Amino acid sequence: MLNTIVVHVENKPGVLNRVASLCRRRAFNIESLSVGHTERPEVSRMTIVVELPEGIAARLVANLYKLVNVLEVADITSAAAVSRSLAMIKVNAPPDSRPYLLQLVQVFRARVVDLTSESLIVEATGNEEKIDGLVEVLRPFGILEMARTGCVAMLRGRPRAAAGAPALDSETAGEEEISYSV
Amino acid sequence: MTTNIKTGAEIIWESLLRLGVRTVFGYPGGAILPAYDAMTRYDIHHVLVRHEQGATHMADGYARAGGGVGVAIATSGPGATNMVTGIATAMMDSSPIVCITGQVGSKLIGSDAFQETDITGITLPITKHNYLVTRAEDICRAIREAFHIAASGRPGPVLIDITKDAQQTSCKFDWDAAAPQIPARRPDLAPAAGDYAQALELIHSARRPLILAGHGVILSGAMQEVRAFAEKANIPIAMTLLGIGCFPASHRLNLGMMGMHGEAWVNNAIQESDLLLAFGMRFDDRVTGDLKKYAQSAKKIHVEIDPAEINKVVKADVALIGDLRGVLHKLIPKIEPAEHGDWLDYIQKLKGEVSVRDIQNLPDDGHLYAAHVIHDLWRETHGSAVVVTDVGQHQMWEAQYYHHEEPRSLITSGGLGTMGFALPAAIGAKFARPDAEVWVVVGDGGFQMTMAEMATIVQEKIDIKIAIINNGYLGMVRQWQEFFYDRRYASTPLLNPDFVKLAEAFGIRGMAVTERGQVIPSVREARAHSGPVLINFQVEQEDSVYPMVPAGGALHAMIRRPSVLVETAADA
Repeated sequence: MLNTIVVHVENKPGVLNRVASLCRRRAFNIESLSVGHTERPEVSRMTIVVELPEGIAARLVANLYKLVNVLEVADITSAAAVSRSLAMIKVNAPPDSRPYLLQLVQVFRARVVDLTSESLIVEATGNEEKIDGLVEVLRPFGILEMARTGCVAMLRGRPRAAAGAPALDSETAGEEEISYSV
Repeated sequence: MTTNIKTGAEIIWESLLRLGVRTVFGYPGGAILPAYDAMTRYDIHHVLVRHEQGATHMADGYARAGGGVGVAIATSGPGATNMVTGIATAMMDSSPIVCITGQVGSKLIGSDAFQETDITGITLPITKHNYLVTRAEDICRAIREAFHIAASGRPGPVLIDITKDAQQTSCKFDWDAAAPQIPARRPDLAPAAGDYAQALELIHSARRPLILAGHGVILSGAMQEVRAFAEKANIPIAMTLLGIGCFPASHRLNLGMMGMHGEAWVNNAIQESDLLLAFGMRFDDRVTGDLKKYAQSAKKIHVEIDPAEINKVVKADVALIGDLRGVLHKLIPKIEPAEHGDWLDYIQKLKGEVSVRDIQNLPDDGHLYAAHVIHDLWRETHGSAVVVTDVGQHQMWEAQYYHHEEPRSLITSGGLGTMGFALPAAIGAKFARPDAEVWVVVGDGGFQMTMAEMATIVQEKIDIKIAIINNGYLGMVRQWQEFFYDRRYASTPLLNPDFVKLAEAFGIRGMAVTERGQVIPSVREARAHSGPVLINFQVEQEDSVYPMVPAGGALHAMIRRPSVLVETAADA
């Protein structure tokens, strides 16, 4: 099944490589991976969509935590979350089919961001299913080029304690000192 | 607060000294020269190796024998890539080492400069973590963090690649300001109270429980706790190869080694148990055999510090994540004493059936068997030597016939199975424990992979005894060819040098043994000689290690010795 894992990492050189290398090394097949800035400049956020057999996600999470630069990992596959990706689709658009195309774009709440006499670029934002649907209806017109970002995802509701905040271990670990560097 | 101006090279040594390092293993070269130049001003002993792989194995042997962090140093490019095998070895066996490599100047990185290689990229999957340091200001923190990461949690290797200009430039050295800044870790590592209750319920209801003790027992320092636990509940203990020594071999609850070449009674006991308590072990395929047929009627309690090991191979009914010692401290007071008399009697019966056919009890047929050599070596050293083994048949025979009473007394490459490990690792072990009697038990094949380190032994004037178990073959591979490739011995016969002359050329006393009767006198002579000795034991050529679970086979379906001559180790 497809799992969505959100990973907060230190914003340092080479961290993307470490995460990607881990997935390759442990044979976790990445469907998409997007990475970018967060509300804190020292932290980057990755959304990894990964195809995993049932019950394997916990192992990926555990392995990600073994990377020293990883701050927090959350498997949000079955959580209430908003997930979005962006696509730019260049479609064959001769004058006779253009009105119909523009209608479709409206239905999908997408936008036309470039227009020439023969083609147009549609920009669409949404979850993967919506974009897959748009691609399917545009396909008969002739898709000339397509670029899709990976998905970014966020849990709904109030945020939890900030990743990397040292407060986490005080209540749960008790008197037992556990080094988390595994 | 200590504040002064130092070069990056000086900061390297200053930091190592403050971390308690007194010995490093290394090999100089262009990109690490500034560090070597500064070294002479610090009270750290540098062991000049003959190959950088040797330096990493020495650091590894140092860490395993002494329990500290081993340090290896090399230059950029080939110096660094030569370390790769040693780093991977340490990674697979959770051995804490720190490797410091020189790197070309930071402005040259990416230009394919002379002796430039992307060693942080290369070692990414075989280190716990690694650093590329391009500024003198960052050296101290990188080293402090590296030591913390290497030794904490599940230990492992850390590499620090330091550019030449970072070594050459000067900056303010501030030890206190360079404290490790490692992110706080996940909050859910400690077991919940419910997990303990569940574990206790399984332990108390088990009739045929068995402890599987791994390297984690030694790494956690939980030997006393494991013993207390086992004795209180009368639960027998089987060990992985790297677990050997964590529990005294002579203890009534000790069963011996499990797995591919484990004792028959151990593997049968595992298959018939109803509760496996896995303590700091990871169910390697060499230990389980066919997973579908592995201990099918047993519940599993997995006590493990690395959450990524839980349910990786064998599904745990209860997982207690954390440091073994701490977990056992919580469990032991709640354990109800038990007898398990029937179960222990049953295992004793399995054991008895095997030992009557043991090689030690059979008449001498004039041949010299490796098992004899190891057995005699064990007797003569009173089981108290630190034995460092290589990889192959001799390694398995050592595990079967040398009965270890103390932790850190068997040092061997388990997970990666690195031939050539023994000789350099023994040098490291000797530096960690100068007063220990260190024996290398090595095959004729593996010995030739790193035998240049004999020169290091002589240059360092250290006392190591080397026992070559020489059968003229790459013995374990030959055994597989015998069993599974219809005796087609492709590239396994070895035409060896005269090891005695070779040793003497290095300045090491050499001896040759071809008969059983010479074994004990030669070992005695070697022990009496103050200085390194090499004994070439010319043993039976086509002997095999029994029992053997064929790779992927069920654990109880072992290949047994066809003749009655050699079976397996007995209680001697």
